[in-house]
Amino acid sequence: MTLYSLLVAPFADYGFMRRALVASVALAMGSGPIGVLLMLRRMSLAGDALSHAVLPGAALGFLAAGGVSLPAMGLGGLVAGLGVALMSGLVTRTTVLREDASFASFYLTSLALGVLIVSLHGSNRNLLHVLFGTILAIDATALYVVGGIASLNLVILALVYRPLVVECFDPGFLRAVGGRGSSYHFLFLFLVVLNLVAGFQALGTLMAVGLMMLPAIIAQLWARTLPAMMLIAASTAALSGFVGLIASFHLGLASGPTIILTASVLYGASLLFGPSGVVRRLFPRPHLAG
Amino acid sequence: MSAAIRFDNVMVTYNRHPAVHHVSGIFAPSSLTAIAGPNGAGKSTLLKALMGELPLAEGSIDLGGLSTRDFGYLPQAAEIDRRFPLTVADTVMLGAWRQIGAFAGTTPAEAERARRALMAVGLEGFERRYIGSLSAGEFQRVLFARLLLQDASVIILDEPFTAIDARTTRDLLTIIRRWHQDGRTVIAVLHDFERIRTHFPQTLLLAREAIEWGPTETALSPDNLLRARAMSENWDEQAPVCLPSEEMRA
Repeated sequence: MTLYSLLVAPFADYGFMRRALVASVALAMGSGPIGVLLMLRRMSLAGDALSHAVLPGAALGFLAAGGVSLPAMGLGGLVAGLGVALMSGLVTRTTVLREDASFASFYLTSLALGVLIVSLHGSNRNLLHVLFGTILAIDATALYVVGGIASLNLVILALVYRPLVVECFDPGFLRAVGGRGSSYHFLFLFLVVLNLVAGFQALGTLMAVGLMMLPAIIAQLWARTLPAMMLIAASTAALSGFVGLIASFHLGLASGPTIILTASVLYGASLLFGPSGVVRRLFPRPHLAG
Repeated sequence: MSAAIRFDNVMVTYNRHPAVHHVSGIFAPSSLTAIAGPNGAGKSTLLKALMGELPLAEGSIDLGGLSTRDFGYLPQAAEIDRRFPLTVADTVMLGAWRQIGAFAGTTPAEAERARRALMAVGLEGFERRYIGSLSAGEFQRVLFARLLLQDASVIILDEPFTAIDARTTRDLLTIIRRWHQDGRTVIAVLHDFERIRTHFPQTLLLAREAIEWGPTETALSPDNLLRARAMSENWDEQAPVCLPSEEMRA
């Protein structure tokens, strides 16, 4: 097998592979930086919770459109995800429950509701579509939605980068200087949900968060600055998309899980070879004088 | 440049139990006040209520025409994530938030002020270091530099010297004295009574209630300290509903 037939031919020969690649790269550009902020806020698992929370909305959109339709499922998912984010925030601020407990209670309810809706009105195949995505079935409309969300995400992120970072680092300071911390917190959760919505056509509601969190965690193993972390996270996510698609094409594997598992392999390699990884611990370099 | 901050029958509760109980008094303009008291006395709770972060169950706080945005607040060190990937320069520059806000770029004048603030806390040359690589004392110096840049008329410090070495404490006390000389109101939660006696002319001795609020020598008398200790231990799960006295109602 030549390098061309291994790496280029699948995309040159098949439109669905090209669309899947473009969608993966667009998702990576949006999800990478958001995942880094989510991780630094110690909300990695809240991202997972939100990804489950979009399910009932996505399911209703799926049924309303009579099949996989990213605009319909996206709108439903966005409403459901934001609803859960807002309700969790409200419960956290008004009761003794911490944010993780609020998210857990709402996402479990959402997940059950979503599965119930699909099982009442659809088939198991429909449920699989919603839960695990169908990246190879992405059409032009879905591609525009994913690209549009990624672009919007990057523009918003560029505009509110400073308050988002400060809200992550020292929320008390932002409140003290009247920096509208709560508004930025909810804007951030909106971006998280938006990216998850973009991801679930490709990867499903269960795995969309994978392309957000795994690259972010990999980035923290390699980089020390926030911009570098965001760049590494986006690049790693895009690389996972590319390698995952190639691997799934040649090996006849399901594309979504292969993309996420590619990110997992990169994570494992980073644990081994990263600056604070196992190899560096086994073979420490001489210490510095000052 | 400062204003009086008046507490009138201030009450903050956790699960209906008083964390701060009927506290009234005044932080005079340009005063330098320590808030002392045993653990659980409500010192940090009082500061958070002052910053508007905790709701008052009763009473009011009159900020004398100021808003909490005019306050510079140093939280307890544990409340800030020191592993966050920020440089010292970026962290200090946050002190210019009122000038640059969420969107404006930093000007050379602000960059120069930040440099001078770092110089004042003895961290010149640390600009490009990551805060994760700093010691506890160095990080506290960075937060003081951020406060210097904030140029606030009221400065509130919650346990600024916890886990800080003697030299850093001495340097930071010099900065606090300078703030006082500049006419700013400084309020600090502290545990070390000797340090309070040496450096803080006013003290609020708190044990959920204000045991004494006034000159430090009076506030920290042996009798008051004994009362403070007894009252802070007086947490009663079966406590009856607190009925305000006639005097308080008046």
